[in-house]
Order: sequence, then C-alpha cells, then structure tokens
Amino acid sequence: MSATIATHVNGAPVWYDHAGEHHPPNSTMLGFWLYLMSDCLIFAVLFAVYAVLGRNYAAGPSGADLFDLPLVAANTALLLFSSITYGFAMIAMQARKKSQVLAWLAVTGLLGLGFLGIELYEFHHLIHEGAGPGRSAFLSSFFTLVGTHGLHVTFGCIWLVTLMFQVGKGGLTPPNRRRLMCLSMFWHFLDVVWIGVFTFVYLMGVM
Amino acid sequence: MGAHAHDSHGHDDHLDGEQDFHVSYKGYATGFILSVILTAIPFWLVMDKVLANPKTTGLVILGFAAVQMVVHMIYFLHMNAKVEGGWSMLALLFTVALVVIMLAGSVWVMYHMNANMMPTPDPAAMRGM
Amino acid sequence: MNAPVYPVEAHPVFGRLGLHALPIHEPILVATFIAVALGGLFVFFLITKFKLWGHLWRDWITSIDHKKIGIMYMILGIVMLLRGFADALMMRAHQAMAFGENAGFLPPHHYDQVFTAHGVIMIFFVAMPFVTGLMNYVVPLQIGARDVAFPFLNNFSFWMTVGGAILVMISLFVGEFAKTGWLAFPPLSGILASPDPGVDYYLWSLQIAGVGTTLSGINLIATIIKMRAPGMALMKMPVFTWTSLCTNVLIVASFPVLAAALALLTADRYLGTNFFTNDLGGNAMLYVNLIWIWGHPEVYILVLPIFGVFSEVVSTFSQKKLFGYASMVYATVVITILSYLVWLHHFFTMGSGASVNSFFGITTMIISIPTGAKIFNWLFTMYRGRIKFEVPMLWTVGFMITFVIGGMTGVLLAVPAADFVLHNSLFLIAHFHNVIIGGVVFGVFAAINYWFPKAFGFRLDAFWGKVSFWCWFIGFWVAFTPLYILGLMGITRRVSHFDDMTLQPYFVVAAIGAGIVALGIGAFLIQIAVSVWRRKELRDTTGDIWGGRTLEWSTSSPPPDYNFAFTPIAHEMDAWYDMKQRGAERPTTGFVSIHMPRNTGAGFVIAMLATAMGFALIWHMWVIAAISFAATVIAAIVHTFNYDRDYHIPADAVARTEDERTRALAA
Repeated sequence: MSATIATHVNGAPVWYDHAGEHHPPNSTMLGFWLYLMSDCLIFAVLFAVYAVLGRNYAAGPSGADLFDLPLVAANTALLLFSSITYGFAMIAMQARKKSQVLAWLAVTGLLGLGFLGIELYEFHHLIHEGAGPGRSAFLSSFFTLVGTHGLHVTFGCIWLVTLMFQVGKGGLTPPNRRRLMCLSMFWHFLDVVWIGVFTFVYLMGVM
Repeated sequence: MGAHAHDSHGHDDHLDGEQDFHVSYKGYATGFILSVILTAIPFWLVMDKVLANPKTTGLVILGFAAVQMVVHMIYFLHMNAKVEGGWSMLALLFTVALVVIMLAGSVWVMYHMNANMMPTPDPAAMRGM
Repeated sequence: MNAPVYPVEAHPVFGRLGLHALPIHEPILVATFIAVALGGLFVFFLITKFKLWGHLWRDWITSIDHKKIGIMYMILGIVMLLRGFADALMMRAHQAMAFGENAGFLPPHHYDQVFTAHGVIMIFFVAMPFVTGLMNYVVPLQIGARDVAFPFLNNFSFWMTVGGAILVMISLFVGEFAKTGWLAFPPLSGILASPDPGVDYYLWSLQIAGVGTTLSGINLIATIIKMRAPGMALMKMPVFTWTSLCTNVLIVASFPVLAAALALLTADRYLGTNFFTNDLGGNAMLYVNLIWIWGHPEVYILVLPIFGVFSEVVSTFSQKKLFGYASMVYATVVITILSYLVWLHHFFTMGSGASVNSFFGITTMIISIPTGAKIFNWLFTMYRGRIKFEVPMLWTVGFMITFVIGGMTGVLLAVPAADFVLHNSLFLIAHFHNVIIGGVVFGVFAAINYWFPKAFGFRLDAFWGKVSFWCWFIGFWVAFTPLYILGLMGITRRVSHFDDMTLQPYFVVAAIGAGIVALGIGAFLIQIAVSVWRRKELRDTTGDIWGGRTLEWSTSSPPPDYNFAFTPIAHEMDAWYDMKQRGAERPTTGFVSIHMPRNTGAGFVIAMLATAMGFALIWHMWVIAAISFAATVIAAIVHTFNYDRDYHIPADAVARTEDERTRALAA
C-alpha cells in the first residue's frame, strides 16, 4: 500500500488512483517466508513422529549404539560455517559486489556438499551395519527426519548453483537479489532445523 | 500490478523491504560466536555425562536449542517485528504455536493410546525404555 | 469376478503395468470407459472442427489471469462432481438391493473402491477446487487488485490439482483405486494388506494436488496482505476476503501435515519403513492422529469461504449492511485457531481414555459457538431488510436450516460417550453430509448463481435455478434422514451387504433421495445450458446486477483483463456501496498503460511432468519415474531462467475498453 496516495483532496474524497501511482509492493519475500513456515510444519510432524516412535528399537540397535557424536559435531560445524559464509555473500550483495557474492556462494556450496557427504557416509555406514530404515520404527523415523533435512540441503545446493549461473550471467538485478534473499532465508532455516535435529535426535538419542 | 508510464524509479535500486534490515559483519560474527557456544555446551554436557540425571540433561539441552534457534532468527534471519509490517513475526508466532500444539498434542495422545491399547511388551524388546 | 493380481517382479521399463491392469472383465467399467471415450472423442472433434486448440492454449491453458484460473477450477469441480455423484448413486442403488440372497451388482472389492473414490473425489477434487476457484476469482477483485501476488504459481497450482484428478480418473480404467476409505488408514493401506496399486494412486494423486493447494494458500495470503487497494484497512475488507484469508492460513498450516503423513505411508509401502506397520515398532494409531490433525482444519477450509459467501449474499439481498462485521471477523479468526484443538474427536473410540477424550470433547463443543454467532448475525442482517428472494438467497435459507441441524448433530457427536455408540455409524455419515452438503455445496451453488453474471456478463436462468435448489433440498433430506435413523439403530458405514431385511425400506428411501438430488444436478446443468442459450435476454450491461456492495461490482461484467483501469481507493467498509452513496464518478479519460504478467505454458508442462512421474511411481516403472522426476526439476529450473515475465497493455487499448464500458453504461 502506497503511503503517498492522497485519499482526500481539498476535503473531498478521492475515489481512484488517477495518476497510476499505486504499486503493490513485491510479495516474494513474504510469500517465501510463508512457504518456510509450511516447511516448518512438515518438520514438526517428522519431529512428532520421532518423539512417538524414537524409542521403538524392536530389539535392534539404539541411538546409543549407533550415533557418532564427534562426526555429528563436525557436521554441525560445517553447516554453521556455511550459514555465515552465506551471510558474507549477503553483505557483498548489499555492497553490489558481484564477484564477491559468487565467491562466498561457492564456499557456502562446498560446505553444504561437505555436510551432505558426511551424512551420506553416515547413512551408508548404518545401512551396512544392518541398521537401515527398515530395521525398526526408531530407525525409520531417524532416517526420514535426518534424510528430509538432507534432501532440503540438496535442493538448496542445486538452487545455489542455479543462482550462481543467473547472477553470473545477469548480475545483481532486483529479481536476482530477491532470489538471493530467499535462498538466504532457506539456508538459515535449514540450520535452525538442524539445531533441533542434533539436539533432539542425536544428543537425546544417546542418553 | 501498478500502472507504469515510466520505468526509472528510485524503486529499482532498493527492493521493498530491503531497507528493513541491514546486514553487517558484526551481526553475523555475534550470531556465529553465540551459536558456537550454544552448540558446544550441549555436546559437552552429553558426551562427558556432566549432569547426573539424563532427564535434566535433556531439558537443559532442549533449552539451549530453543535459545540458539532464537539467536539464528535474530542474527541470521534478521527477524524482528517490523519486517513485512509485522506479518513475518505474526506468521512465525502462529507457526510456533501450532508446532507446540502438534508436538505436545501428539505425544500426549499417543502416550495415552499406547498405555491403553498397545499389547504388553516383550521384556527382551524393552531395552532403552 | 476376481480382483486383478499384480506381478511381484517389476519389468525394468513397464514396472507392474500390463494388460492385466485393464478391467475388461468388469462390465460396469467397460461401459463407463466406452461412454467416456465416446464423449471425449466428441469433445476433441468439436474443438478441432471449430479450430479452438490455439485459443484454448493461448487464452486458457497458459493463462495466469486469476479470473480464467478461477473459472477453470469451477469447471474441474463440476466435472468431478458428476464422477463423485455417480459413485454416490451406485452406492445408494447397491445398498437398496443388497439384502439376504441378493448380492447387489457391486462385488465387495469394487464397492470398497466406490466409497473410497467417492470420498476422495468429493473432498479433494470437488469441494477444494470449488472453494479455491471462488477465492481465486473474487478476492483480487474485492480488494481492488489486478491479479494475485504470484500469477504464475497460480496457474501451476491449478494444473497440479488437475494432475491429481487425472491420476484418480485413470485409476478407473488402468488398475484399481484404493479400497481403504478416503483417509486410507494403515495397516489396511500398508503394503501387506493392500499390495495393489490402488493406495499408490491415492497417495500420489493427493501429494501432487496437495502441492498445488499449499502454493495456492501462500499465494492468496500474500495477495490479501500486500495487494489491497489504498485505504482498505484490514477491518474494511469484505467479509469474503476475511474468510478467504483465514482459509488460506488454514491451508498453509495444515496441508504440510497431510503431505508428511502421506509421505510416511508412502515410505512404508515403497521403502519398507516401519512407521505404521504392526511389527518392528510401528504404530498405526499415529497415522490416524496425524491425518486428523490435518483433517479437522480441512473441513474448516471447506466451510469458511462459504460462510464468507453467505455474508456477501445475505447483505446484498437484504439490501442492508452486514450485522456485526467485527464479530464476524473475530468469529472467523477464533474458528481458525480452535480448529487445531479439536482433532481427536474423530477418533474418540481409538482408546486414548477419558482425560484426553474429555479435553477434546469440550474444545469441540466450544468451537460450535463462533459459528452460532455467525448464524445470528445473518439473521439479524435479514431482520428489517428488504429481502429479494433471488436464487442465491434461496440457497442461503436452505443452508441456514440444513447446516444448523447438521451442526447440532455434530455437537451431539462431540460428547465422547455418545460418540462411542455413533462412531463410524450411518449417523456420522449423515452428520458430515449434512454439514458439507448443507454448508459447502449449498454455498457453492449460492456463489455460482451470485457471481456468474460478473464472470460471464449474463445471469443464470432463475427458474431452473429454483428447480435445482428444491431438488437438492428435498433430495438431501429424503436421502439422509433414513441414514440418521439407521445410525441410531447401530448400522455401520462402509458395509456392502446386509442380512436384516427390515433395514431395506430405509435404504430404498435413501436411494430415492439420491435420485432426487440427481434431478437437482441435472437441473443445474440445464440451468447453465438454458442460460447460455438465452444469454442475450439474460444479459447484464451494468456490471452491478444485484446492487452489490463490494468492489467486484464496480467493474464491467465480465471485467477487463486488467480488472481496474485505475486502482480504486477505499474509504469505508462495503467500498462500492460507499462509492455509489457518495456519488463517486467513474474516470472516463486519462488512461495510462498497464503492467501485466505474461501467459506461460511452463506451469502446465511442469505439472504434467509431475503427473507422469506419479503414474510411473504408482506402477513401479522406476526408469520412467526417474526420468520424469529429473524432467520436472529441470523444467522448473529452466523456467527460472525466463526473466521476461511481463508486458504492458498500451494506454489506447485501455481507453478503447473503457470507452466501450462508458457506452454500455450510458445505454
């Protein structure tokens, strides 16, 4: 809503925006935030499922048997670092420095891929040990919750690479800046979800 | 969509809402350091079994998680009551309320369902309960 | 007649699909297929003969105009209503005969698919499209905007919904549908009890349609928050816009839960996980819990926009300002919040015990109060109004009587002790049909009769509208009163054969009621046909055929592509009424060029690729599924490289359209 539109002129009401000055503000950021809220609810369901089924070991291995906390700590560090490197990309965007944006995006992407690599290694190891998602309801919930987060990171990386091409080619235009801000929200949101994951799944899982 | 008789506004240089927050190295650094502390302590508490009671440890680390989420919201997501005219905050609060209802509600309901309806568990399968 | 058996070993390309999937031994399906094929070929032929393919693609399929998309949602709803109602007629006919020695004409495995498909189609592919279509068409016009916040996403959402509908329709002729009831509870819907593709059709069609619905929810919330005309504060918005806002909040806040719950069931069926299995730690009750956390807000998603429709209709046809605007808004918001605190009333009998049951029983009774407040507000609006009994008002009065009674049976069911007797009985079936038909269906017909002239420039024939109304109203009560009685006697739902002959007369009466409703649907189709035939006589050139109070009535009928040549400025609630009262003059000169979003085929393409992926996954055609998944993602990424999303309507084109309107108004 434009604050500049006069609703009255000389005491008489104005009924139409004759000068064509009303520009509805761009809704992309709000729309994306609302999407993130819906994504939050998907994770909430997965956390609820983990809360209910997370101790159903079916005479199989438990979190204490399986979780490698130092590895999880390393992964957490990678994701946290990737959050600030994206932050640096945003600072560069604010200063309109395209090549710095691209550089920080690349670093963020590499950290993200590192996170995924470690997670894939972890999953592979668990499956190899006979602790795959079909072993028990606990493991089904574990793989689904952590795996869904990993899938989101994967899509984030694909999006990041796509945006690098688009910024590289088109520059820091308004649509591209909006997209960078949306990816920023997405990336940080994934880190927020990870806080829940490492606390509720891994740390509480070994106790 | 507005009527554009011309294309060059001051608009193009600033996205709507871009003025709502200003990103700085200081902000990200503060958030990062706080996050490191708020992550390291829970890991330490659990890995070194610092507190005697696992239930207490559980509550403490959940508390740390909640605080760290708020830190991320403020320093990384730039959440405040002015972004998008307050609608972002309202959406977030509503979502948090629903998350609490769904989590607490499901746990409460399923606990009662299990207590009343599940067959008596086999002692061998009771490990960890 | 045996159910088809599917191979366990999947062929590398064709998966489980093969000739055995075609139901050539089921005469009803063969006959249906022939009818559909002939009808489809005829439509195809007509479109080709009149050379309409180009027009269809350019002006409808690729359209990002909220008005066209709204109309397409309504058409989808009407087509699927015919399919869903055919299922209803089959059930009523079968249950009227299947007693004792008579096995009826539907074998159990077929009957089970009919009641499952009936529920799925009516909720997801009739009621949801109708409600979404209405909100899509009306809300931007009511808030003085030119389109929704994300026009491309709007188009994409529609085609994803169609994709889901396509999968359900294909299941009729290729393979089979789920036999589990419309919510597909495990373990019956798990891979052991339902190894056939039926549940997979269910899961993928709802996941695909669900993406469309969720995105549509985000779209409309952003639209209402960001794109209101200057001066239109929240508490000056039309009530229909308020109910749309709350509905879309419910959508965004509940469909993710459905998506997650269905995904977990999908994982159980495809990946061997143990969320809802009977062994290895699974818990089927968890599914019921999760699905109803979605399911209860869903019914408010269906009914809240309808409450908004009735607010508009009642105040327009009573020629009076809506009574208690503020309390209407608060009631809607309260319902939105409370709808998350009642879900367990759908499974009181599952065993959570007295403390949990009493909490949810109490919240369920509380949530009836704001709705009651709304009914009083409508009645007070009518009191001392100068009421015009046009067709929309007829549907409204029918709603008030029918819905209130249905609501009362709901409050009865809210008492856990009573529900222990009545859960899953025909009483429950009668209750929810009472509120959904009396509420949603009657409201959709009121809305169609109300806004049709706005969308098409001519009104619907009133005589056939009244015939349709009376057939629906009488037919509904004849069909469902026997079910209330049977339910109180203890008769359970989803039963395809009875031995007790004393029950038969009730089912026969119910079948007659269904037949009367069928006449009502027929009358509605005739109403449309007759109205198109007589459109010159029924023409409206003013744009404001009913003397409306909200901004959509300030445009021509139909509105121009850009809706408003100049954005209106709102001063009071009922902005158009205010403008008329205070002598606002419509601008006739000084038009400027208007910035509009461009049509695109990307939404259609991406949605159809996603649908193909769904089909491939259903039949375990892994290679094709992988390829179509990759294609869907790539198509979406390619679309993001298209920055050329808009164009301008030149000022002289706007002037020409507006001059035509000036002439029409002067005539």
